[in-house]
Amino acid sequence: MREINQAIIDDVAGKARLIRQDIIKMLAQAGSGHTGGSLSAADIVASLYFWAMKVDPVNPAWEDRDRFVLSKGHAAPVLYAALAEKGYFPREWLDSLRKLGSPLQGHPDRLKVPGVEASTGSLGQGISWAVGMALAGKIDQKNYRVYALLGDGELEEGMVWEASMAAAQYHLDNLIAFVDYNGLQIDGRLKDVMSPEPVADKFKAFGWKVIEINGHQVGEIMEAINRAQEVKGKPTVIVARTIKGKGCSFMEDRAEWHGVAPKPEEAKRAILELSE
Amino acid sequence: MDKQATRDAYGLALVELGGLHDNVVVMDADLSKSTKTADFAKAFPGRFINAGIAEQNLIGMAAGLAASGKVVYASTFAVFATGRAFEQVRNSLAYGRLNVKVCATHAGVTVGEDGGSHQSVEDIATMRSIPNMTVVVPADGMSARKAVLALYGAEGPAYLRLGRPSIPLLYDETSDFQIGRGIELKQGSDATLIACGLMVAKCLEAACILEQEGIKVSVVDMHTIKPLDEELIIRKARETGAIVTAEEHSIIGGLGGAVCETVCAHCPVPVYRLGIEDKFGQSGSPDELLDYYGLNVEQIMKNVRKIIKNKD
Repeated sequence: MREINQAIIDDVAGKARLIRQDIIKMLAQAGSGHTGGSLSAADIVASLYFWAMKVDPVNPAWEDRDRFVLSKGHAAPVLYAALAEKGYFPREWLDSLRKLGSPLQGHPDRLKVPGVEASTGSLGQGISWAVGMALAGKIDQKNYRVYALLGDGELEEGMVWEASMAAAQYHLDNLIAFVDYNGLQIDGRLKDVMSPEPVADKFKAFGWKVIEINGHQVGEIMEAINRAQEVKGKPTVIVARTIKGKGCSFMEDRAEWHGVAPKPEEAKRAILELSE
Repeated sequence: MDKQATRDAYGLALVELGGLHDNVVVMDADLSKSTKTADFAKAFPGRFINAGIAEQNLIGMAAGLAASGKVVYASTFAVFATGRAFEQVRNSLAYGRLNVKVCATHAGVTVGEDGGSHQSVEDIATMRSIPNMTVVVPADGMSARKAVLALYGAEGPAYLRLGRPSIPLLYDETSDFQIGRGIELKQGSDATLIACGLMVAKCLEAACILEQEGIKVSVVDMHTIKPLDEELIIRKARETGAIVTAEEHSIIGGLGGAVCETVCAHCPVPVYRLGIEDKFGQSGSPDELLDYYGLNVEQIMKNVRKIIKNKD
């Protein structure tokens, strides 16, 4: 169990703020990409990379490292920003997002970016990778943990539930999944398009330990991770209530910011808000 | 002639491979008795993972295992491995260039009585169209065994197409099997038969009968559809001026399609494609179905005679 105190929380919250600024900058530079769902996941991703996970940016293939799978691969900017801040690759790479020849593809490519564990983007597949990685950890009797981040809309994919069934069947207590529950998908509110509710009950019924938190309170995220690490014999899902576009007032809770990059003026305003 | 199903050879080869390498993991989707991965499950229970009836997750988990250093052999029926889980094979395995060998059994119409829903006739076409994929269709049990062993050392994703019925053994322990290298089983200057899977033995039989009529036909076992042995195809096109392909698969996009692509670009000669004529399969015994779809010695000979006649 890792220590949590106000200084540590403030430090990680500061990292989340930097990640959000980078998300805005890189998306504005790219001129396209997924802004809302990258911003909603920033506190979770910051807590993982700057507090929870044992990783070594100098040796990304370290066998005993913890693994992170961004199953909602369209939120690639949040992952790239965290990896750059962590030192996996030069910060200048962020300016090349989505450009021809760039290692930073529109969705993460494990063959192009050090630190990217899984090539994701087709929803539902990342959680299966994570289950496979956790299985490998069990087979090899390793102590590493596998973290996965799912979108809430992603829960509409049947494959997520195939993977969830398998994670419980194989008692994968080395697997901790997050649901970035921002309530919105491309076509609108989940409840209007295709509701995955009741999410917590579904995971419980599939044999998972479920923890529900506010996904923007770094202290809550940390406590949830600590609790999840104590769970034995089953996987844990942390259902994190979030706000799409979190941190930029004019983007918050608006579906139209799912797959749109900020224009230069909007980016300026967003950065200003994120610097306050 | 001794017979063995390629799926039986596969099961035995997995046990052999598991004894050689600790990082081999075998997976199935509730068909381990049929695909013969049950042999491995019995020998190495700690390295066998059953995904249940969930083929998408079968392939997804295989990706995660491979990304963690395992060499994964994942099995189910061909129609599910390449159809139900197509996008997982594409995006998780091939796009991520992972060391997963999709070893699908019950390919083609020789599934038999289960009928068209279970008979994959388009899997070679779909699998070979995916970048990074290797596609192997062994002609007998020995080459199936050798393919299993060879694919372990061939980094990256692969599709191994295996069958349900017992078919003649063509090779022995000493035969030279290399991925990407076709095998010239018989030399003849009038035409070339290029086949894969269970059609290879039938082509050999046809060539022997034709020889008695004075028609000399080359026979090539093109066990690797991708990467294709283009050099051999071009050489045979030049030497014989006519090619007949034979496969237990649609005439669209499979071995015949691949041979045509090569011949058209480098040495245009007539190519007849013997295969399933853009149709689904149906229930019946394997032999009845092979006859019904024209996948027999008689049809091979007919095609050879016709292509030679049209050459003149």
